[in-house]
Amino acid sequence: MSVVATDSFLERAPLVFRDWIVGHFPVALQWLVHHLLSITAILTVFGLFFAFTTIAERKLLARVQNRLGPNRSGLPWFRSLKLWGLTQPFADAIKAITKEDIVPAVADKVLHFLAPVVIVAFSLLGFAVLPFGRHLIPVELDAAILYFFAAGTATELAIFMAGWGSRNKYSLLAAMRALAQLISYELPLILSVVPVILVTGTLSTGKIVLDQGFWTWGFLPHWHVFTPWGFAGFLIFLVAALAESNRSPFDLPEAESELIAGHLTEYSGFKYALFFMAEYFGLTALSGLGITVFLGGWQAPCAFLEFIPSWLWFMGKLAGMIVFFIWIRGTLLRLRIDQLTRLSWQFLVPLALLNLGNAAFWSLTSGWTGPLAFARWGISVAIVIVPFLLLGRRLTAGYAPRTYRYAA
Amino acid sequence: MTFALLLIALVLLGSAAAAMLSRNLIHSALLLVGAWAGIAAFYLWAGAEFVAFAQVLVYVGAVSMVVLFAVLLTRQGATAAPVEFDSYQRLVGSLIAAGGVGGVLLGAIFGTPLDVPAAPSPAALTVRQLGLQLMGQHGAALLIVGVILTVALLGAIVIAAVDQPEDPAP
Repeated sequence: MSVVATDSFLERAPLVFRDWIVGHFPVALQWLVHHLLSITAILTVFGLFFAFTTIAERKLLARVQNRLGPNRSGLPWFRSLKLWGLTQPFADAIKAITKEDIVPAVADKVLHFLAPVVIVAFSLLGFAVLPFGRHLIPVELDAAILYFFAAGTATELAIFMAGWGSRNKYSLLAAMRALAQLISYELPLILSVVPVILVTGTLSTGKIVLDQGFWTWGFLPHWHVFTPWGFAGFLIFLVAALAESNRSPFDLPEAESELIAGHLTEYSGFKYALFFMAEYFGLTALSGLGITVFLGGWQAPCAFLEFIPSWLWFMGKLAGMIVFFIWIRGTLLRLRIDQLTRLSWQFLVPLALLNLGNAAFWSLTSGWTGPLAFARWGISVAIVIVPFLLLGRRLTAGYAPRTYRYAA
Repeated sequence: MTFALLLIALVLLGSAAAAMLSRNLIHSALLLVGAWAGIAAFYLWAGAEFVAFAQVLVYVGAVSMVVLFAVLLTRQGATAAPVEFDSYQRLVGSLIAAGGVGGVLLGAIFGTPLDVPAAPSPAALTVRQLGLQLMGQHGAALLIVGVILTVALLGAIVIAAVDQPEDPAP
């Protein structure tokens, strides 16, 4: 993480600011201050990002459903200034903190308390290895991808603790369903990232981003999503990431119309807000990983756009991913539990495994040039499309074409 | 550094002991997860990053789920099971199994030369070197470990399952 003097000032600004603060402390304490500053930066930036994601989600969903959305909360003492309701998340935060915290009399008090704490703590850990900019990576690990997935696994335990500790049948039932869902989709999620590791030959997030930093003719970026295996992997990753973060159309664990609110039934006030927060942190971290692995991380899409600081590119892509997920939520219907597990085990996992073979083919044929390059692309595209069509046809056989007997 | 090791050992052994003594099976399972996380912390302390993360991913993430599912799916009703042996045959069997595993582990521990060389330790392995070693030289061992893990989990389910007739006789 050495700062290169040739970088623009904006590129270096966060690091210069950090070093300036660290310089005020005695040498023995500098490593501690250094890491505490990284933690504070992550908490502040992504705390605020979370706050504005909630308002963006409510506003966008309202637009999708032809409503207005929250537009009333303004500033205290400046009643005439409405700011389009942008201060809504802060009002929500105050509401959540001041609400009564209810714990069921027969609940397992320790687990009931521990679940929201564990889920927020572990959902924040993933941010530590994401490269937010050219020089902005909080912890540079050799096994960063492995660390990211290891940090995410505790979410399942926390959901189980919440469901079992509440001593409520709806909670337990929903927690078991949530576990089935999370385990089913962990596999395609990890399998969709493995091809990238195979091709780049590294588990380090920083190196994976550097690997994507070239352009053909100055404007065609070498992001992994623009290769056949990368495109297929990215689509599988998107579906699995949606399911992993309990987002619609995979929001069965919460399913307020069927299971009240699933494992959240017995939670109120700030503990409920913590679960909500963890869900968004998890979604943001997974989006960040998707950007890092498939969408070129902090790299600019064109060579001449490099004057924009790398961390702005990352945050822009992150905002784009989040808006895409909100759009999906406003568009698609919730799946049934059998459809959900079938989608994972019969469709996504086989395709992800084939995609792994596709990536192996791609890295073995990296020497093919000229007309052979076209053959390489053709074969790789065929490996993606043919199984997709065959599997899709086989799985939907008998369901289509749909006949409308009464609504003709 | 030694203080950190002692702290990790205390947490690890404490949660393992609590898991053994707890009357509530779910609490036992969750405390066991705590012990596995403690082992991961020990690997981190020893500088084996890759193994530590793999430990968390496999044990805290996957094996814990298998354990919890097994507990919830095989115990109808009460999860606070009485911890008593139900026959001498079973007691003897468990003692033989425990003794066998203990013997193998102790043999491995005492058979390993533990004299720490005074020379500076070799540079830490990168994940790349580790992966090449695992997939090349020790590929067969990796597969065998996987099979053993599967067999152990299946065995646990078989032991825990209660065979009941499908329908009570009319």
